[in-house]
Amino acid sequence: MSLAELICPAGTPAALRTAVDAGADAVYCGFQDATNARNFPGLNFTPDELAEAVAYAHARGTKVLLALNTYPPAGKVDLWRQAADTAARLGVDAFIVADMGVADYIARTHPGVRLHLSVQAAASSPEAIRYYCAHFGVRRVVLPRILTIPEIRQIKREIPCEIETFIFGNHGLMVEGRCSLTNYLTGQSTNMDGVCSPASDVEYARHEDGSMSSQLAGFTIDRFGPEEKAGYPTICKGRYTAPHRPEGYYAFEEPVSLNLSRLLPELIDAGVHAFKIEGRQRSKSYVRGVVRAFRAAVDDIRAGRQANMADLVALTEGQKQTQGAFETKKWR
Amino acid sequence: MNTGVHTVSPVRLPGGGVVSRLACGVVQPILSRVVRRIARRHPSLFARLGPHQGTDFLIDPVDLPFALHLRPDPDALLFRAVPRDAVPQAGAVIRGRFLLLLELVDSEEDGDAAFFSRDLEVSGDTEAVVRLRNALDDVDGSIAEETAAMFGAPGRAVLARLRRAYTPEMERT
Amino acid sequence: MAVTEMTTKLTLGPIAYHWSAERRRDFYARIADEAPVDEVYLGEVICSKRAPFHEGELPETIERLERAGKTVIVSTLAEVMLKRERKATDDLAAMDAPEIEVNNAAGLYARGRRPHRIGPFMNAYNEATIAWMAGQGATHVCLPTELPAEAIAVAAAAARDVGLGVEVQVFGRASLAVSARCYHARAHGRTKDNCRFVCEDDPDGMPLSTRDDAPILRVNGIQTQSESYVDLLPEADRLVADGVTHLRLMPQDVDMVAVAGVFRDVLDGALPVDEADGRLGLLSGAVNLSNGFYHGAAGYRRIAMIART
Repeated sequence: MSLAELICPAGTPAALRTAVDAGADAVYCGFQDATNARNFPGLNFTPDELAEAVAYAHARGTKVLLALNTYPPAGKVDLWRQAADTAARLGVDAFIVADMGVADYIARTHPGVRLHLSVQAAASSPEAIRYYCAHFGVRRVVLPRILTIPEIRQIKREIPCEIETFIFGNHGLMVEGRCSLTNYLTGQSTNMDGVCSPASDVEYARHEDGSMSSQLAGFTIDRFGPEEKAGYPTICKGRYTAPHRPEGYYAFEEPVSLNLSRLLPELIDAGVHAFKIEGRQRSKSYVRGVVRAFRAAVDDIRAGRQANMADLVALTEGQKQTQGAFETKKWR
Repeated sequence: MNTGVHTVSPVRLPGGGVVSRLACGVVQPILSRVVRRIARRHPSLFARLGPHQGTDFLIDPVDLPFALHLRPDPDALLFRAVPRDAVPQAGAVIRGRFLLLLELVDSEEDGDAAFFSRDLEVSGDTEAVVRLRNALDDVDGSIAEETAAMFGAPGRAVLARLRRAYTPEMERT
Repeated sequence: MAVTEMTTKLTLGPIAYHWSAERRRDFYARIADEAPVDEVYLGEVICSKRAPFHEGELPETIERLERAGKTVIVSTLAEVMLKRERKATDDLAAMDAPEIEVNNAAGLYARGRRPHRIGPFMNAYNEATIAWMAGQGATHVCLPTELPAEAIAVAAAAARDVGLGVEVQVFGRASLAVSARCYHARAHGRTKDNCRFVCEDDPDGMPLSTRDDAPILRVNGIQTQSESYVDLLPEADRLVADGVTHLRLMPQDVDMVAVAGVFRDVLDGALPVDEADGRLGLLSGAVNLSNGFYHGAAGYRRIAMIART
């Protein structure tokens, strides 16, 4: 049976301490720059903060994973290398990487530190995963949120590394690491700059009738009725019209969050080694609530008890949750 | 295109006139003390605000007789109560019920969740709001408790009463 | 490094859409006979369900194009997840000829160190990654469409240093995202398994507009594309000067022979850029042209250059 490690988000030092105290087996975090995919304003860690965070976590038996999971544009690779050197010196337990050049650098320069393959690398087949294992010594793959449980079970049989899957949080629809939607509208790149619908380009407008529209760089992404639940102004969760859909519809996905709390035993049985909670951009309150709930659930399952999940729907986007592709391939 | 700075015209809410001005006068000395103390105890907060230390935030507790004007400039900190009929031009506006805003400051509630449920409304410069949120979220402990503690036992009693008064209507799940 | 007697090659990228076998046959016959392109990429990159409709024609098309003097390269799928996708990738990777362009790490694994090209879905964003890929047998790299000019220059120099050809998309809709979910099927209330190939109705993608009627994106099955056509015709000189060896035209529902002709004329110095770009605008009909990515701006934007009027 897998260990069912709980991998928890930390956008700030306070959130990291909250996650550790709430029972995280590992926390993941990033620096305050483009080297990670949550390069949001006011978020993330300075090297000094990371040093303190590592000390705090290690003193309590919690691992710290550093997200280095964006793609350096040519000419700027040094920023990623320096981030890796700094974090290795500070004693992080693993790097989460996507770019082959970054992976190669760390494998050669810091061979003692574990490499995890980020979901941003979009490795969704045994062959792709084996490529990264064979060449860079990747020890764990974070699987894209597009696979069914039988598919995950099959992959596990054919790869030499651990599997980590998302169990809660933002339900990304597009293949991660292959999405330039934000850059198309804003000029800031998800892959190169670590941003997705950057706040600097977001505007909310309230209308006379109580409805609210969300705009990204001047493009209307959605308009919510007075009582309607809202979501992030991400392009893939917007409402658009098509020639035969003049009324407007969620062309990609509704505002909805992933919640696999009911599938944990099946995921463990399929060979998933670690469960990832999304949300470095969320508050301590979110981290506390979600980590506590999943800590209790995993402990129950490990002890052979029925897990009794706290209701987390209030923390979900659009206040709706889904099991996405994990439940049925009809989702596709 | 986003120009980085927006002006937001205030919506009409009660909280103007004489009563409001009296209330503002009463709370102003308290606000000044509170904000100076928080700034002293949590200096790292300003680093997370980055370029938005000079942004004017209008924090609008819809159920109080006045709004709050915050400019988190470490060299010229400003936090004042303003009547709703005399609010300044603000770069960003955050609007919700008072206790919700208090709980957001203390990270007892999740800002995104409050936004999804439409209990929290944000307008103007969204990045400024996100930075303020993240800066406050990195503060350990309770700013509300700290504030209440400044006023000793009576202060804590007021906070407790306030929370009790609101709790039944907070549809917690 | 000296650029010695190297003429810039014009390439035709793989068809992204579900064009019928007949339409493809006619299209490539014209390309073979009339289009001044040097290299043609074939094969299904987007949806493995479509492949059976046209892969039977592939040998004949290859033969037809090669007979016309074109170099043919077969591209692999961008997304590899299902058994049939893994098998398709393995089968292409096993071929000795023609060349293959790999678009997924599963293809790299299958190909090993045997020579191959790196496709635009492989995320070759920087010199470190390009050097790594070259060491593993890559002979040629197509850079990501969103890469800005400064990064292209650095990447191209690095690639040339290790002997790689360097390609950049200069015409056609940009691929902005791929997904496991089919948005064409979703738009018609179907699932991917039950799509009945509704994507065939949209030979240039299904348009999406915002609710205040701004055209914004195109849906092509599991792929999301830009509404605008990328147009780097005015930037072609700088691309070449910066070391880019191959300029890629993506097939759109326009007169691609004429599009190729305009680019060829500019590369040959036979047509002034502003006049050529005007022609390209006419050929593109109502579709906007954009070059924002190249200039580090929002991709949909069209940044004016001195050469433009």
